[in-house]
Amino acid sequence: MEVLRLDRVTVTFRDRRVLDDVSLMVEQNQFIGVLGPNGAGKTTLMRAILGLIRPDAGQITVLGQSGLRGNPDIGYMPQVRSANASLRLCGRDFVAIALHGHRWGWPRLNRQAWLDVDRALELVDARDLARRPLAELSGGQRQRLLLAQALIGRPRLLLLDEPLISLDPRHQHGVIELVRQVREALGITVLFSAHELNPLLPAIDQVLYLGHGHLALGPVDEVIQPDVLSRLYGAPIDVVRQNGRVFVMSGEVDVEKEEHCHDA
Amino acid sequence: MLEYDFMQHALIAGGIVALLAGVVGYFLVLRGQTFAGHALSHVGFAGATGAALVGASPMGGMIAVTLASGVAMGYLGDRLQGSDIAIGSVLSLSLGLGMLFLHFYTSYATQATALLFGNVLGVDVDTLWWLTLMALVSLAVLALLARPLLFVSLQPELAEARGVSLRRVSMLFLAIVALATAASVQIVGVLLVFTLMVGPGATAQKLTVRLGPGIVLAASIALAETWLGITLAYVTDWPTSFWITALSTAGYLLASLYASRST
Ligand SMILES: Nc1ncnc2c1ncn2[C@@H]1O[C@H](COP(=O)(O)OP(=O)(O)OP(=O)(O)O)[C@@H](O)[C@H]1O
Ligand SMILES: [Mg+2]
Repeated sequence: MEVLRLDRVTVTFRDRRVLDDVSLMVEQNQFIGVLGPNGAGKTTLMRAILGLIRPDAGQITVLGQSGLRGNPDIGYMPQVRSANASLRLCGRDFVAIALHGHRWGWPRLNRQAWLDVDRALELVDARDLARRPLAELSGGQRQRLLLAQALIGRPRLLLLDEPLISLDPRHQHGVIELVRQVREALGITVLFSAHELNPLLPAIDQVLYLGHGHLALGPVDEVIQPDVLSRLYGAPIDVVRQNGRVFVMSGEVDVEKEEHCHDA
Repeated sequence: MLEYDFMQHALIAGGIVALLAGVVGYFLVLRGQTFAGHALSHVGFAGATGAALVGASPMGGMIAVTLASGVAMGYLGDRLQGSDIAIGSVLSLSLGLGMLFLHFYTSYATQATALLFGNVLGVDVDTLWWLTLMALVSLAVLALLARPLLFVSLQPELAEARGVSLRRVSMLFLAIVALATAASVQIVGVLLVFTLMVGPGATAQKLTVRLGPGIVLAASIALAETWLGITLAYVTDWPTSFWITALSTAGYLLASLYASRST
């Protein structure tokens, strides 16, 4: 079943074309790694899918519906995770606020709703964490609660914008594995943006590579190719494969390492 | 002490305002917007004195100006961030203007202290009705707004993605804060609004990490501090505002001690 379709979509900020006449189609039950250098448009793509940015041209269709803001079938974990680090509110209430959070009224949840919340917490193995205030959790633990929050309301398309940011390799692996399991348990499609391909390799079905307004979507072996990436980077790119790892090189430089040293 | 009308009025007015300020304050602290309450009270001072100068009701002037400023702050939203110096200047100017208005309106010499530090023992029946109305309206709107407000406060991006208008929620909430501020000024005055609006909410968040109990606790703490403060003022003949600030600070310190011991 088709979950997401972009038809000749163009998004511009002033004179900058972040997406330039791009099209793609994504099926159900896919784990897709979204890659590309800083400013390539990963966040822009997700915000456009959510309806937060209107494309200048073209059409975005999510589960058969287009032009809809506030589509409850999309779960979203934003890249900018605001000042929650000092919050003296327990994780369970924090996660629960996303359930029907857009409706007017007093935030009272019934039994069924609390079951939904606990189910989401169960999925990310955070039942115990959720009793503590966010202010007392580590970055990685907070990440798990954010994932639970994105899962609330049983979305069928999950957009995770850089969930690996500020995590050490062990926790990066933990989050990827978690998302893989959730995806498998629910049979949903996940777009997962990241700055490095290698940690994702064992888990993803396809890769969506963005650059210079264009994109390429397909299995890793088809997309991570010198000719495809050279077009996206607008510069000659070499691909080096070694011990099951893939390195995207421009000349002697590993592009991923180079582009993303700001994360360190 | 209950045989005196002015004590009855003080306890009723204090109770109404404490409940309102406690509940609104909890959300204010959760949003990290405590500065807004402080700012609105200062602007309100100019409104109240300006109204007195032209012969209008000071309370009416205060409500009008805080409401307008609250809505404007909500409208500007993020664009206010990082403009601390501009905001600080407007606040100082408001206090200065207020003093200027009072200067021209010389017969109101005592009005200055009442506005700056509160005068809960001087609340008349009219003011009681006003406070009741303000509290009812604010709490009713807050009851409707609470869910999207929490969503927007805790997860603005996600809330926006679900179709919540950040600006509309923020404007409505700051209008409620404006009313709560104007009401609090009647009890503790412009300079001490922080004690009623922020103290109880912050104390409650030290004591519980649950949302519902936190709101109830904030309102209860505000109520207890206000009533106890008024009683102590009656017994000692010291100013009510002093006792309320003292209790509020003590409450927060004790709660912090408790929170750090239990983790
Ligand atoms: N609101 C905006 N106004 C103007 N330009 C914008 C806006 N949002 C994004 N851009 C520009 O669009 C381009 C794509 O930004 P986007 O945030 O989508 O990149 P990204 O791939 O998510 O980058 P990163 O890896 O740093 O998160 C950038 O050049 C950015 O400067
Ligand atoms: Mg991004």
